[in-house]
Amino acid sequence: MTDIAPPPFRNEKALRRLKKRRAADARFRLYGLSAIAFALLALSTLVASIGLQAISAATYHKVEFDVVLDPAVIAPKGKDTPADISRNVDGFYALIRSNLQATFPDAAQDRLTTRQLGDLVTRLAVLPTAKWVSENPTQIGQTATIKVPLSDDLDLYLKGAVSKEFRLRLGDISAVTETAPQQLQLTGAGAFKALESLVDVQRQEVGDAVDARSILISAGATTGRVTRMDEDQAEVTLLTGSASDFSSVRPTARMIALPEPERNVSDLQIAWTLALKEKGRISRVPHTSLLTHTDSTYPELAGALAAIVGSLLTMMVTAFIAIPIGIFASVYLEEFAPRNRLTEIIEVNINNLAAVPSIVFGLLGAAVFLGFFGLPRSAPLVGGLVLALLTLPTIIIASRAALKSVPPSIRAAALGVGASKMQSVFHHVLPVAGPGIFTGAILGMARALGETAPLLLIGMVAFVADVPTGPTDESTALPVLVYSWSTNAERAWEPMTAAVIVILLMFLVTMNGIVVLLRRRFERRW
Amino acid sequence: METTMTESREVSAAGIKMDETQGLTFPRIDCKNIDVFYGDKQAIFDISLPVPDRSVTALIGPSGCGKSTFLRCLNRMNDTIESCKVTGEIIMDGENINDPDIDPVLLRSRVGMVFQKPNPFPKSIYDNIAYGPRIHGLAASREDLDAIVEKSLRRAGLWDEVKDRLTSPGNSLSGGQQQRLCIARAIAVRPEVILMDEPCSALDPVATARIEELIDELRKRYCIVIVTHSMQQAARVSQRTAFFHLGELVEMGETDQIFTNPRERRTEDYITGRFG
Repeated sequence: MTDIAPPPFRNEKALRRLKKRRAADARFRLYGLSAIAFALLALSTLVASIGLQAISAATYHKVEFDVVLDPAVIAPKGKDTPADISRNVDGFYALIRSNLQATFPDAAQDRLTTRQLGDLVTRLAVLPTAKWVSENPTQIGQTATIKVPLSDDLDLYLKGAVSKEFRLRLGDISAVTETAPQQLQLTGAGAFKALESLVDVQRQEVGDAVDARSILISAGATTGRVTRMDEDQAEVTLLTGSASDFSSVRPTARMIALPEPERNVSDLQIAWTLALKEKGRISRVPHTSLLTHTDSTYPELAGALAAIVGSLLTMMVTAFIAIPIGIFASVYLEEFAPRNRLTEIIEVNINNLAAVPSIVFGLLGAAVFLGFFGLPRSAPLVGGLVLALLTLPTIIIASRAALKSVPPSIRAAALGVGASKMQSVFHHVLPVAGPGIFTGAILGMARALGETAPLLLIGMVAFVADVPTGPTDESTALPVLVYSWSTNAERAWEPMTAAVIVILLMFLVTMNGIVVLLRRRFERRW
Repeated sequence: METTMTESREVSAAGIKMDETQGLTFPRIDCKNIDVFYGDKQAIFDISLPVPDRSVTALIGPSGCGKSTFLRCLNRMNDTIESCKVTGEIIMDGENINDPDIDPVLLRSRVGMVFQKPNPFPKSIYDNIAYGPRIHGLAASREDLDAIVEKSLRRAGLWDEVKDRLTSPGNSLSGGQQQRLCIARAIAVRPEVILMDEPCSALDPVATARIEELIDELRKRYCIVIVTHSMQQAARVSQRTAFFHLGELVEMGETDQIFTNPRERRTEDYITGRFG
């Protein structure tokens, strides 16, 4: 045995050892901080990317039409019932189309152009108007201002999502001469100089591909496409409007980076849209149809209402089944069940069940609930049952953990004053464990709300055009809607899908908020 | 309320008097040949111990000697431990309370218990006291309940300290107050016996002194059995002392006799601090 001297404050060796320990402390703190930073970064990237995409779906462009609700068109039989009127999509669409044709008379030259003009508004977009008129028959024969959503591609164009676009003001045009029908020559000293240099700069970037790009020149409601130009002169094909506008209004030029054949909107449609906008008939409004409409094949008409209601109904079924069963099962297992081999097996199995992939529950649901019990397909009832099975283990495990954390002294105290086992559990243990149990339950529900796979297997992926009114109606759910919209081809679905994800996330945040609130409110300390 | 309570006390007091006239020391609880097993392990070996009424019986002994286990036999708290098995007879009012026919819930309403660590319910002070009377239906009205709460708190010497904040949580009290709250809670269900399992081990000397005063006060009305690690405490508060060692009852007798003139060598070694 050697004598160990008491460590002096400035012992070299001790200080070195101490330094090492401090370094280990600092390293550990650093690991922790970087882990948290990484998690926060991932979360914020996720939220930001979804949010940025979704934000463009928060508003939508609508076109205003002043139309006479001509009974000969919308109620041709003379004794049409409201139901007939609400179904008369063709009649109402004819009103829109003739209004468009009156606005752009030059479009009537050939069938193709007329069709392009009609495509500014989807045929089914008049359905809400038809419904409104059928409910207010006094409007028939009156002039009404109706707003219908613009076609999704043009909406995207106006939001700048179709193509990169270079825009610049041109110089004053001094002379406009008509060289042939619809062919104009615009002259102005140095008026096109800036446009020329833009083309030159772009040519250096993309080479000759710049020649395939459309250059549109607009003045007021008039737009033409440039066919040839130099610094002082440009030859233009008039797309819409009147030639005189070019000399009276200072024109703007647009170079659209994506060549016309590669996009879904033609130069002509862009010209019409710009004209409508110039006339103040296009307005950007909150995209409320996303929350009030059901699914549609047209993105401008599609909404998530059926899925929201479907998800709520499904969650209600899940909550009604999973929460009581889960709580009672965990209370029994934790407080009353004898500790023996059987309960051990049950416990292990519950833990295993929590790890079973969700799609397996979907298979089970399809086989048992649809196949054996013959419950309706695509119904929130079945979805709720399957999700209840899925969340049950989560809820049981969380509830048991909450019950375990109740100090045994409380149980002893209750038994000590002569409470029965049942009274000690229900009067003392459950109130203390309550917040923990509900946290587990709501987190389990939140997980169920985001589940897609099991719902696909029981047919909740169906296209649902009606809002479900009960748990046995055909329905879909929010995550399934995200899945099915994300598989659609059209570009417009992308922001809409993001918007549905945001709705789903808001549900989840609300549920988690409730958890936090419950904890704050009811957590007891001892 | 007050009258019914004193009446019931007088009945049992009369019972004792009758026995005293016959020249017998009437034991409130008479334990005969108690064995306790935890699974295969025997924790208590053949203990017979009469517990007299209106006095304090202290159980002393080193850790793990089975005194707490024995105490918990008296209100069958050992029933809650699955592997625990108790054999032997514990006679109270002529009945063997260890008999499976006896409902432990009824037994525990007559044999109250105070635990080592103060364990008030996470409820208000009022509800802590009122809980027992409520579940046993001891109060017919709100006024009755208020009276029980006040009387219990007064007997536990806590009333003056908490009368203005009966609605504040029981855990907001200091440790010593919490323990007196637990005693008041035990009193509130009108027990005849109060078991105390090291009631002062988590308290400072001042709080301990208050509890000891209280025990001395309660002795006039109740039969008290207290487990303690502190021999000084046993000497201060108890009239009879039983010394346990390794699951056996080594010696029991008047406290004065145990501490001044123990019969057994082991007792003497323990109380003089040679082991334990």
